[in-house]
Amino acid sequence: MAQTLFQKVWQAHSVRTLANGQTQLLVGTHLIHEVTSPQAFGMLRDLGLKVAMPHRTFATVDHIVPTDQRTEPFGDPLADAMIKELRRNCAAHGITYFDLASGRQGIVHMVGPEQGITQPGTTIACGDSHTSTHGAFGAIALGIGTSQVRDVLATQTIALAPLKVRRINVEGRLRPGVYAKDVILHLIRTLGVNGGTGFAYEYGGEVFDRFSMEERMTVCNMSIEGGARVGYVNPDETTFAYLKGRPYSPTGAAWDAAVQRWKATASDAGCSYDDLVTIQAGDIPPTVTWGINPGQGIAITENIPDPAKATAADEKSAIEEALAYMKLKAGAPIKGTRIDVAFLGSCTNARLSDFKEVARHLKGHRVAAGVKAIAVPGSQIVGRLCAELGIDQVFRDAGFEWREAGCSMCLAMNPDKLVGDQLCASSSNRNFKGRQGSPTGRTLLMSPLMVAAAAVRGSVADAREVFGVS
Amino acid sequence: MPLAKITTLAGRGLSVPGNDIDTDRIIPARFLKAVTFEGLGEGLFYDARKAVPAGQVHPLDDPRFRGASILLSGANFGCGSSREHAPQAIRKFGFHAVIAESYAEIFFGNATTIGLACVSADRADIARIAAAMEGDPAMAITVDLVKQEIRFGGSMAPLTMRDAARDALVNGRWDPIGELLDGREAAAMTAARLPYLAVPAK
Repeated sequence: MAQTLFQKVWQAHSVRTLANGQTQLLVGTHLIHEVTSPQAFGMLRDLGLKVAMPHRTFATVDHIVPTDQRTEPFGDPLADAMIKELRRNCAAHGITYFDLASGRQGIVHMVGPEQGITQPGTTIACGDSHTSTHGAFGAIALGIGTSQVRDVLATQTIALAPLKVRRINVEGRLRPGVYAKDVILHLIRTLGVNGGTGFAYEYGGEVFDRFSMEERMTVCNMSIEGGARVGYVNPDETTFAYLKGRPYSPTGAAWDAAVQRWKATASDAGCSYDDLVTIQAGDIPPTVTWGINPGQGIAITENIPDPAKATAADEKSAIEEALAYMKLKAGAPIKGTRIDVAFLGSCTNARLSDFKEVARHLKGHRVAAGVKAIAVPGSQIVGRLCAELGIDQVFRDAGFEWREAGCSMCLAMNPDKLVGDQLCASSSNRNFKGRQGSPTGRTLLMSPLMVAAAAVRGSVADAREVFGVS
Repeated sequence: MPLAKITTLAGRGLSVPGNDIDTDRIIPARFLKAVTFEGLGEGLFYDARKAVPAGQVHPLDDPRFRGASILLSGANFGCGSSREHAPQAIRKFGFHAVIAESYAEIFFGNATTIGLACVSADRADIARIAAAMEGDPAMAITVDLVKQEIRFGGSMAPLTMRDAARDALVNGRWDPIGELLDGREAAAMTAARLPYLAVPAK
């Protein structure tokens, strides 16, 4: 019978059915970082347990690392304690750890793909909701809680019920100046922030066929913002080309065998889905959020919603709450809204192609006076590649601060934070109240090029106009 | 050690209304800078509590609702980050159950695993409970996972909960670690059948 990738991978990794009906699911690859793992190691110690398969867990440090001054001890003693604890736990249990000195440190969702650890047809778990990123390779990649991190460490399995699968086709071609980020912001706006609850999203159609791995990662990354715990793209030649030659990718005959296996894990022609959604690429605009969840987005050419025009009571109160927090005016154009900070980074958009695309347009432009603009590569490797290509210099010349790799101002667990009610044009993934480190800080989510356009204008701008994209 | 069978939870309620209450709001990221879950209760809804205008009081700081152990909220509760710190903070503040219209998936799983019962009820019923609570903050609420109902002030409302979670709580197997450990050999056999796991790591 024709099956989806989700069904095939789920079956292959099913260990047994548990008493409450959930599946004991084998986790092929486990990724950990400093924020959600120390308590799990603590639980392991309390239970007197060892790590079952230490060679299947990989660690890096990303959330709390400073992106400027990185000599230890860190200025923040709490952050310093966290990196030391991770280092200690990895050493004690024989876990591979990509430390700051490794040259391979970065946001955990960048490190897995870069190293070739993220592979098609596998199950991947990490104590981080953006683990869905790895689905870009045709893996079932799950964000988990800390007790589950403990479960994976102790047993290499978790208890979970299977998900339904919603196929999302994006057909046709994207218009110039429209990016993978716009695709996912548009999808979340269309399907809702909880539209994906209970589903894995399988992305496909012409747009995804044409997308690079990095673009696929941007979309899969924000699946969770639409409520879907898992998002994936079927593996194809683009996937294999990306993985070829990476440190953990198979080589020689093992590579050929792996590619054959990977091809076979893709959803079969004629398989049935629990739901099917088709979007026309031409309908997707450069999208900007105006509110306090990632579903509150509009086209750059649209006006900020007016609660008076809301059709449902819920919608009305949601708009009112968002506008009150965001200090934005109902019915006003989003374009022209003054910004204080521009942040280009995060596991959503801090890959080489993101910086390359922005640099191509940014050359010759200057960040507007009064705007603090920071560019934070997602990994040390991306930082090095940007330096080799002179991309970092383009950003510096334009007035951006060019930083070291980490999660940085996406969630501001390091020193990179908004101050007061600063408004930030951000390439990150969440615009929740207080997300960027100030309880009154405000976030507008958008594509990297739109962040650059806002930085240059000093206000939310249409990148197509600012940079003459057509 | 056998786990407690969580069948009924009784206590006073407290309402934090609203839809899409995300885990950053439940526990702001700066409270995650620690290597244990200790003291998280103090960070619960920290920024939301501080943002209350002068002369008003956040429900968590309202003396009328002090000691509440059942939290009421809206739809898609716990969306966003996978941080277990969110249900941990709710638990450490003193709540044993949440009654909301619906939950984000990762949050729901994390809560169940630590024995925090997250039940769903209709919006109208939640409003009814909240209204009764407002009139009588000391009103006892009983969340009955066996009968699948919420009893309050002489009234009753049905509750729903995913079967697997309800089974796990009611039968004292909400933390799956014991069962997962029992399946270690079976897991090793499954791993042996998967070529990518057979390849030695570098």
